[in-house]
Formats: sequence, structure tokens, C-alpha cells
Amino acid sequence: MTSLILSTAARYMLPLLLLFSVFLLLRGHNEPGGGFVGGLVAAAAFSLYAIAYDVATARRVLGIDPRFLIGLGLLVALGSGVVSLAQGLPFMTGLWSEYAWPILGKVGTPLLFDIGVYLVVIGVTLTIIFALAEA
Amino acid sequence: MNLILVLPLIVPLATAILTVLAGRWRWAQRWLSALGAAALLAAALALLEFVRREGIQVAYIGNWPAPYGITLAADLFSAIMLVLAGLMGLAVAVYSLASMDPARERFGYYPLLHILLMGVCGAFLTGDIFNLYVWFEVMLVSSFVLVALGGERAQLEGAIKYVTLNLMSSALFLAAVGSLYGVAGTLNMADLAVQLHQVAQPGLVTTLSILFLVAFGIKSAIFPLFFWLPASYHTPPVAVSAIFAGLLTKVGVYALIRVFTLLFVQDVAFTHTLILILAGLTMVTGVLGAVAQNSFRRILSFHIVSQIGYMIMGLGLFTPLALAGSVFYIAHHIIVKTNLFLISGVTQRLGGSDYLKKLGGFYAAYPGLGVLFLIPALSLAGIPPLSGFWAKLTLIVAGLDTGQYAIVAVALGVSLLTLFSMTKIWGEVFWKPAPARAALPASQVGLAGMILPIAVLALLTLSIGLLAEPLLALSTAAAEQLLNPAAYIQTVLGGR
Amino acid sequence: METFLAFVIGGLYAAGLYMMMRRSIVKLIIGLSLLAHAANLLIFTLGRLTRGEPALIPPGGIRPERPIADPLPQALILTAIVIGFGVQAFAVVLIKRAYQTVGTDDLDDMKSTDTG
Repeated sequence: MTSLILSTAARYMLPLLLLFSVFLLLRGHNEPGGGFVGGLVAAAAFSLYAIAYDVATARRVLGIDPRFLIGLGLLVALGSGVVSLAQGLPFMTGLWSEYAWPILGKVGTPLLFDIGVYLVVIGVTLTIIFALAEA
Repeated sequence: MNLILVLPLIVPLATAILTVLAGRWRWAQRWLSALGAAALLAAALALLEFVRREGIQVAYIGNWPAPYGITLAADLFSAIMLVLAGLMGLAVAVYSLASMDPARERFGYYPLLHILLMGVCGAFLTGDIFNLYVWFEVMLVSSFVLVALGGERAQLEGAIKYVTLNLMSSALFLAAVGSLYGVAGTLNMADLAVQLHQVAQPGLVTTLSILFLVAFGIKSAIFPLFFWLPASYHTPPVAVSAIFAGLLTKVGVYALIRVFTLLFVQDVAFTHTLILILAGLTMVTGVLGAVAQNSFRRILSFHIVSQIGYMIMGLGLFTPLALAGSVFYIAHHIIVKTNLFLISGVTQRLGGSDYLKKLGGFYAAYPGLGVLFLIPALSLAGIPPLSGFWAKLTLIVAGLDTGQYAIVAVALGVSLLTLFSMTKIWGEVFWKPAPARAALPASQVGLAGMILPIAVLALLTLSIGLLAEPLLALSTAAAEQLLNPAAYIQTVLGGR
Repeated sequence: METFLAFVIGGLYAAGLYMMMRRSIVKLIIGLSLLAHAANLLIFTLGRLTRGEPALIPPGGIRPERPIADPLPQALILTAIVIGFGVQAFAVVLIKRAYQTVGTDDLDDMKSTDTG
């Protein structure tokens, strides 16, 4: 069941939703949002693609195995915790850069952790949704 | 010393990540998994040695002081459990190299195994009751996938029961944690131990303790709540069964011992007597269930239930000697039970079946395997001079000291029935001539890799039996720390 | 408000348990998620229902200026929801696979692992 309206809309919605998910991710530090919701929105974007076309197409658009994303996300999250160990502070102590970036402000390890969560959520959600849709 | 407390969490997580990222290269995954398990064992041993020399260790995650942040705390009991987790992780990782099928390996068996180990280690290390819930969930989610991985019919049916009962227990655990926070206003276990003594309604605390007893009781498969275990543990591949049988229920037992020595000691006469009664019933039902079974791993599954009874018997008696017996028993049981499951995998590989009727003639064909089976089997029944004898002896002496003759009688009777079960397996699988039709050409590929961990674990059982003194001394020290929580509380809440 | 929520929680637990006692595995999963919701709402209610500001101290201050709401129960519920999301998503995949393999959604026909 392919619908012309849905498949055309999905093509335009995908970049918009991804952009929105990154917005949610970056906003999450001080305001409602964060890696989890951002990841869900991004996963929803690819799921929409899978509904509008099929899972194989959605996988091709994603480009990499969602399970690889889980590993990558965990790696980033673990890295954010280990940074403080290297400085002799307890595991997962929050550290921030001195320099304030435009838009982002001071970048710290919590943001890194959130990016890890973002990637893990995309990976887990898409693994499950693709598995459900393919079976 | 922060690093040494965090390493048992970082090592399995890093191993899981690396095995995921190495997804395409099967050989890399396999070697990373074995190396990671060895590293975990080394980290756990280092922690045990450190705790033994320097006393209880605490780490404040994110540098937030207790009781506000999440604390990790390792006393001797935690450290012993961590070493056992590392040991079983390594044994099963090596065994998996020889026995796991490529389809399961491709789907992510190794990352899941290490995430499971991380969950187990986290549960042993955490000093925060909500964090304990989170680690339980980490462990459960990976075990859910492991139990269903492969998708055979029996596996899926077993998985539904396993998932349902464990989710129910999680919901109860969560409700209990929420209520505890409502009553005491804190979640840090050391702080809770202080606050719970000042609660205006002690009856409420006892009620909550029963909620925890039910939640952890499902996870550790004690008397009326064990039905999920024999329905699911024999369905996945042997390596998975073995790590489940060795570690998962013991995490439940660990949680029971932790909360009923640290938090809920206000009404010992009621709660711990209840635990003692449940211990007796658990022993009896488990062993009677095993008698009725006719497949190797189903017999072993029921024996897990029965043995859990011994572990919480020590908690119910609540004396230093009894708790030392519990700790010793857990150590003995984890090694022996994992080993028996691993052996059932070898007989299944060689005999092509798990049913006693279809197996036979193993002693004539493989006498070495027979000896390797006898060591853990007799140890499980408590025959001297093997490790099980000392574990049971300690518990029984503790029972006699406190005048609880009924539970001592039950424990001795159940021992005899355990011996009967083990001789049944011995008679059917090893002694009886091979059934006529079972002339399957047995696949010998990779058998050495399966025998190696079995032999090492058997050797360990033997040496614990012959040199029981060091482990007994360690268990006694651990039990003393458990019964005098003042030092634990002081270390967690006190200075940094 | 507490009384009302107590009834809601009780209703959720009752509905969840009722669904779990049905023979269909789909209803089993629905029951399980209802139980999780009941537990979350229980934490929310037991964490004291107070109207208050976010628990933030203004720059330079040492204590919050107005009454604050306890953020901890909310953090607990958020964590529990995230975990529940993952677990229930897995459970849905599991029952779908089980339905395809066994060919029925009736729990009474899934006894092969009990009778051995």
C-alpha cells in the first residue's frame, strides 16, 4: 500500500524532522527536550519513511545498521564519563569548556552524554521497528 | 580510589561496545569477548584484594555527595559476588567460543552477554536502591533478548513466561521503591538504613519490606514464586542457560540479603522468621520438583530453586555464622551450578538429546567426562570433602546453634534427595548402556574448548573443598560487615 | 487529589491484573504496561502532590525563594518510563515472533516447556 501523498510528504518531512530532532537535542540542556526525545523524533522520521516506502528503502536512507548506532552512542556516552576520570575526578563528573561557542554556549560532557543517548535511542528504536516491520 | 570501583562497569560496557562495532568480523568479536571477560575477572579480583586490605570502598558518581547523588559502594560481600560474576563470565565466554552457533553470534550474542554482565556487576556495586532497580532492568532486558535469541518455539514460549513474571516483579519493585521514598524521603541505602529507624509507623516499614520480599522473591525464585524458572531456563542454548543459572537468580538473593541486613532489621522476629519458613519450603518444593523430571537441564533447573532455599536459610537464621554460610553457599553454588549446565551442553552435543531416556553410555565412552560430572554433582549434594559439604555444614551448625531444628532437618533431608537426583542423572546418562538408536555420529568439533572451562571450574570446586579455610574466613568477614552496617553507613555518608 | 489518584492507581492495578489473567498474549502485554503505569502514578502520588517552582536556586542565592516541587519522583518516573518503553517494545516483538512460530495467541497452548 503506497500512497503518493504520504511518500511525497515523507521525503520532505525527513530532513525537517531530523533538524527538529537536533534542535530538541541541543535545547535539552536547560529546557524541555534532550537526547531521548530528540532520538525518538529522529527515529520517527525514519519510521515514517519505512511506512511510506518500505523497510529496505528506509535502511538505505539511514545508511548504516541501526545496531552500529547503538554501539556508537554507547561509546560516546562512555567517553563523556571517562573524560573526568582522566582528570582525576570521579566518573561522570560534569566538565565544561572555558570557551563559549555561538548558539551552543559552553560545551560540556553532559552534552556529549546526551548525544550518546540520542544515537542509542535512534539505534534501539529503529532496530525494533525494522524488526517488527520486516517479520 | 575511584577507578577501581568503576572498572567492573566500564570493562563490560567497553567490551560490549567494541563487539558491536566489530560486528562484521566474527573472529574479532569472539576474541574481544573472551579478552573482555578476562579483564572483568582481573578488575574484580583487584577490587576484592583492595577491599580486603583497605575496607569498604565508596565512589560518588558525577562527584555528587551521598545521599544526593548515586553512590557505588563495595564491601566484601559485593566484591566476592563481583569476582564470581567475572569468573562465570569468563567461563561462559570461553565456552561460547566453542559452542555458540554463527547465526546467534551475528545477531549480537556477545554484546548482549557483556551488557548482561554489566547489569549484574552494577547491581552488586550500587549503593542506591533506585539505581539497583535500573541495573536490574539492564540485566533483565539483555537476558530477555538472550533467552529469545534464535527464536525456536520452546525458547519463545519460555521467554513469554520469563518476561511476564520478571516484568511483574519489576513493577512491584518499582512501586516498593516509590513507597519507600514516600516513607523515608531518601533512596541512598546507607541513608535509608538511618532514616528507617526514625519512621513514625514501624508497621509501614514492615509492610514495605514484604513488598521487597515478593519483588526479589520472584527474581530469586523462592517458594511460591519460582514457576517461571523451570519453564524457561532449559530452553536457550547451554551457554546462556549456564550464565542464567549461575548468576541471575543469585542477583535476587544478593538483593534480598542486602536489604534484609541493611534496611529492614526493625522487625527481625517477623520478617526473618518468614524468610526462614520460605527457605524450608523452597528447598523441599525444588527438590521434589526435580525428582519428577526426566530431562538433564530441567532437573538442574529445579535444583536451582532448591539451592536458593539454602542461601536464604542463612539470611533467615540471621547470625554471623549463618550469613557466612549463605555467602559461602552462594560462591559454591554459582561455580557448581554453572559447571553442571556446561556439562549438560557437552552431553547434549555428543548424545544429541537432553532427555535422560535418549542418553546413555557416557562413562564407557568418555570416562574423563564422568569424573568431571561427579565432582560438581557430588559437591551439589554436599558430599565431603567437596565445597558443598562445607557450605551445608556451616549452615547446619548455625541452625543447631540457634535451636532451629526443623530447618536443619529439612536441609539434611533435601541433601539426601539432591544426592538421589544426581545419582539418577549419573545412572541414566553415564552408567546405563547407550540406547540402541542413539548411534548419531557425534560432532567432536570444538569439544576441547567446551571441556576447558568445565575442567577449570571442577578444579576450583575441588580446591575450595580441600582448602575451605580461606574462603570461609572471607565469608565470615563479609558476614560480619553485613551484620554491623555501621561501618558501611559511616563510609558512605561520612567524609569523602 | 490524593484520594482521586489513589482510586485511579487502584483501578489501573485491577485492570492490569485482569488483563494479565486473560489467555491472549496481546492482552498480557497490555496488562503489563498498565501495571507499569500504575507503579509510575504511585511514585508520583507518594512523592507528595505539591504545587511548586522547579528546584533551582537563582544565581547568587543559597536557597530557593519560593516553595519548590520535589524533582526526584519526577526523575524516577522519567527513568521508569524510558525503561518501560524499551522493555515493552521488546515484549511486542517477542509476542509477534511467538505468534508466528507457535501459530496461536492462546497462552493455554504454550505449555510445551512446562510438560517437557
